Amino acid sequence: MIDIKINGKPVSVPEGTKILKAARMIGVSIPSLCYHKDLKPWAACGICVVKVEGSPRLVRACATDVTQGQNYITHDEEIHRIRKTVVELTLSNHPQECLTCGRNQFCELQKLAAEFAVREIPFERNVRPLPVDASSPSVILDPAKCIQCGRCVQVCQQLQDVWALEYLHRGEGTRLAPVGELPLNESPCIKCGQCAAHCPVGAIYEKDETLTLLKAINDPETHVVVQIAPAVRVAVGEAFGLPPGTVTTGKIYAALRQLGVDTVFDTNFAADLTIMEEGSELVKRLVEKEGDLPQLTSCCPAWTDYMEKYYPDMIPHFSSAKSPMMMQGALTKTYFAEVRNIDPAKIYSVAIMPCTAKKYEIMRDENMYSSGYADMDLVLTTREISRLFKTAGIDFVNLEEQEADSPIGFYSGAGTIFGVTGGVMEAAVRSAYYLVTHQELKDVTIKPVRGMEGIKVGEVDFKGTPVKVAVAHGLANVKSVLDEIRAAKEKGLELPYHFVEVMACRGGCIAGGGQPYGTEDGTREKRINGLYRDDEKSLYRCSHQNPDIMEVYEKYLGKPLSEKAHHLLHTHYTPRPAYKFKDDSGVKLWQEAAGK
Amino acid sequence: MSVKNFILVCGGTACESSKANEIYDAIVKETKAQNVMDDVQVVKTGCFGFCEKGPIVKILPEDAFYVNVKAGDAREIIAETIVKGRVIPRLLYAEEGLPKAFEMEDIQFYQKQVRVVLRNCGFIDPEKIDEYIARDGYKALEKVLFEMTPDQVIQEMKDSGLRGRGGAGFPTWAKWNFSKQVQSDQKYIVCNADEGDPGAYMDRSTLEGDPHSVLEAMTIAGYAVGANTGIIYIRAEYPLAIQRLQIAMDQARDYGLLGENILGSDFSFDIEIRLGAGAFVCGEETALLCSIEGQRGMPTPKPPFPAIQGLWDKPTVINNVETWANVPVIILKGGKWFSSIGTERSSGTKVFALTGQINNSGLVEVPMGTTLREIVFDIGGGIRNGKAFKAVQTGGPSGWVITSEFLDIPIDFDSLTSIGSMMGSGGMIVMSETDCIVDVTKFYMDFCVEESCGKCAPCRIGTKKLYNILNRISKGQGVMEDIAKMEQIGEAMKKAALCGLGQTAANPVLSTLRYFRNEYLEHIAEGKCRAGKCKELVRYVINPDKCIGCTACARKCPVNCIAGERKVAHTINNNLCIKCGACFTGCKFGAITRL
Repeated sequence: MIDIKINGKPVSVPEGTKILKAARMIGVSIPSLCYHKDLKPWAACGICVVKVEGSPRLVRACATDVTQGQNYITHDEEIHRIRKTVVELTLSNHPQECLTCGRNQFCELQKLAAEFAVREIPFERNVRPLPVDASSPSVILDPAKCIQCGRCVQVCQQLQDVWALEYLHRGEGTRLAPVGELPLNESPCIKCGQCAAHCPVGAIYEKDETLTLLKAINDPETHVVVQIAPAVRVAVGEAFGLPPGTVTTGKIYAALRQLGVDTVFDTNFAADLTIMEEGSELVKRLVEKEGDLPQLTSCCPAWTDYMEKYYPDMIPHFSSAKSPMMMQGALTKTYFAEVRNIDPAKIYSVAIMPCTAKKYEIMRDENMYSSGYADMDLVLTTREISRLFKTAGIDFVNLEEQEADSPIGFYSGAGTIFGVTGGVMEAAVRSAYYLVTHQELKDVTIKPVRGMEGIKVGEVDFKGTPVKVAVAHGLANVKSVLDEIRAAKEKGLELPYHFVEVMACRGGCIAGGGQPYGTEDGTREKRINGLYRDDEKSLYRCSHQNPDIMEVYEKYLGKPLSEKAHHLLHTHYTPRPAYKFKDDSGVKLWQEAAGK
Repeated sequence: MSVKNFILVCGGTACESSKANEIYDAIVKETKAQNVMDDVQVVKTGCFGFCEKGPIVKILPEDAFYVNVKAGDAREIIAETIVKGRVIPRLLYAEEGLPKAFEMEDIQFYQKQVRVVLRNCGFIDPEKIDEYIARDGYKALEKVLFEMTPDQVIQEMKDSGLRGRGGAGFPTWAKWNFSKQVQSDQKYIVCNADEGDPGAYMDRSTLEGDPHSVLEAMTIAGYAVGANTGIIYIRAEYPLAIQRLQIAMDQARDYGLLGENILGSDFSFDIEIRLGAGAFVCGEETALLCSIEGQRGMPTPKPPFPAIQGLWDKPTVINNVETWANVPVIILKGGKWFSSIGTERSSGTKVFALTGQINNSGLVEVPMGTTLREIVFDIGGGIRNGKAFKAVQTGGPSGWVITSEFLDIPIDFDSLTSIGSMMGSGGMIVMSETDCIVDVTKFYMDFCVEESCGKCAPCRIGTKKLYNILNRISKGQGVMEDIAKMEQIGEAMKKAALCGLGQTAANPVLSTLRYFRNEYLEHIAEGKCRAGKCKELVRYVINPDKCIGCTACARKCPVNCIAGERKVAHTINNNLCIKCGACFTGCKFGAITRL
């Protein structure tokens, strides 16, 4: 432990603690802008500077380790003056469009400007007229608003290993852009939206499509069906003052109906269905030795996009099962339409998702039209639906809880934990165990796959058959797992795993790119615990026990992996170039450089 | 057959750009034409330092020191000096009021210099390892490998008191010691040759004139800290230095002085070159390491210091070229010897690139503690055209102006820091009364705007704001509040910028605001630029009483804005005038006034 003082007040902290964190331990909050708990200190903004007693220089509290015996001054007149000047300098190059900005009221720069009582900007304004990049179906890039804090670039390169975003040019001309100045949609971007979730200002934000939903609701001819993803139920409440992790499933159903939605379903149902399909697929590969092992999960669209771009050789390992959202969509316009006798052409199918990549997924290939129509018509993120509830004047906190509609709305605990890292694996193991051994697991809690460790590995005993599993979240963590598999395959060694779950975002969907702002590990933990609580109080804990699942197979699909199931619930993957150049000149240049 | 004469032709970049290559070729040709090629060896050396008078040719053993040589002089040099043994007076250097200087030592420029770093520059052919070895080259490496333990090497460095010559002056031995103490499977030795200050070329000349000294030093450091890989990060704009380094490395490998089992010892060490793309910020060590790693050259917060966790997170010793060049001599002659040069806390010498409004611009090496006055007036020969001294800017764009009141302070790390300035890497730009302080400061700020890496807000935004204000002031559009605003921005940059470059980028503004505030106020309040450099503030008028109508001014005017008949007073059309001042300097009758 290191003994230091913060403004003269003694505190003992572990070695390697940064000043910023040490100060927060004793309740002293040092203002900061570029710092984010998920990331290594980038040390760009210059707001969190503090004094080290006895030294004329100021140091960055976010990036500087505490030193034994030092007294750190975090606030005084000089520090305040310098911080305020830096805020004013930053504002002088930032558009003053707060009222029409995607981050209005959630902007970290706006908050600093308010706290430092900036009443005028004393310096010459220089806002660059940089064009907005709206090429992506998921997120919008507004580089003119970028304050060069470095978060999105670090997220994209270090957390996600995608390298779609980069800084171009230098000095005051430095600006955020997709690599090679490509439009974002032609860059390697996988649409995970973590850049938007981490951006402190309005430079990257989700494509807002709330009006599209209202328009559909407003059309009397249209039957609007909305499904909500697992992770949404533990996050929407945050917009209404409820703590992260509060399970508000019934309130969301009620709010959607109050909004005018005709039918409310739950993606968790389709998560159970995914387990039946994906679990059966695993059993086939495992027991009948048909297909490549290890099997990789495929319910995260950002992950599938990443794999198609960076690891196309892994395609045979992918589960062909669609994501729960797409399965729900396919059944909505087929099974549900038949049962309720609604013309599928009149159904408008909407998903509320924690994810920006889902906006892209609904049109990723022809299999997303398996019902004969677009299986999904619209995806709104958690942030968008929260805004819509607010503008509709819904008293969310005091709503009476309601139930989802039948026949594809009821879910098991296994379906709900799809939203957390390790959850798909846990749900799959619960049912695969049953499918292989024809017995129920005694304890359905699979501990080794829980928690925030970037890569989790474990072994489950399927009555004498050891099944080795791995779980990775945050795409940068996936790399080592995939490389391990690749190496084992190349050398003909024993495969390190049988089943691998991947989620693109750290913590899983509960921390997706469309979730409420301010997500960090503390928030993640609360949302994760919320979903685990939802699981624990469920009537059924395993997907195969869900009576509505049994019914849909009985009445409509036959059995898992049936021909009908294949048509509606499965898809395929194709290698995609990471960079979409207009001609191949760029590729040639790149190849030449690599050759040399 | 033995060679009787050596003809040393300067092959530094400055002399090469004055066609020293042609001189070399002409001399070689003449030795053949006059049939003395067996008696004479023509050598292309590194920089002599006296760039003002280049190209330089020196003849041994006579020690004749010829300046401003042209290719056409080759025939005479061979015919007179070599064949007949007579010096050519017109090629000797002459100082006003003094007899012609025959040898280097006669020239005042060299008299107060002490050459440690530049010991071989101008003496050896940098492309021949044998010449380096003949001057005790690689002897230090041999001594280290076979007679000293790594700890003894570091102790020797500690005894020498050598401090880093790149700017901050951190004790070199301490860096080495940090790296040595870290347990690691891989360590790196890096040479920072990304010299980028405007007007500075100390490192370039050292590498061009004596590349082996750096290679030897890095190898010694590798032995001391336990590293076997060295990297020289050099800017691509130094092609000659790169070429000579490459030749030197090849030769050293051939001689077993680089590579596996150096000189038959257990120690292996090799060096590679990485080219920088010319970003000033890549001279900052953390940005330099990012650049080597293939990332954007942007600084990262310190700690961790590179000595502990540097290139690819491994312990990395980074020193600049001049620091390295000192190392072999320290090992050979001992740390105590080195510490006897210079001052107590700043031992050794410092190389400066002396430029600006000075008579003898060039590369000078002086013991630490030499006063600014000695450098400017004794070595530099005073201010050009007899004008008055105004200030010296040390440390390039990060520096602090030093005014005449500080001319007698000794130049060393601590004295410069005590007056708010810094040693910097050795750029020394001399300003005279003909320089406008706003204009000069604007120049530095323009450089900083261009070279800001863009990472941290205070530097990225602050430099541009400062430049824009300076630009307005220089155009007579300044307002009084600008002064306070510049000080406000400058303070924020100094305290809140991330790296050393950003923290010092406002220094030219802050220091000139302190010492030359009046000039700023003149620009703002009176719209006046006393040096006449701020064109928007200047107007030239012809006094009809003094003008005799000689038409000289009208003929000199590049835009034809001066009208008038012969023998009739002329007039200037100020709407067309571009304020170049050609008429002003060209008028022999003092008839043109600058307002």
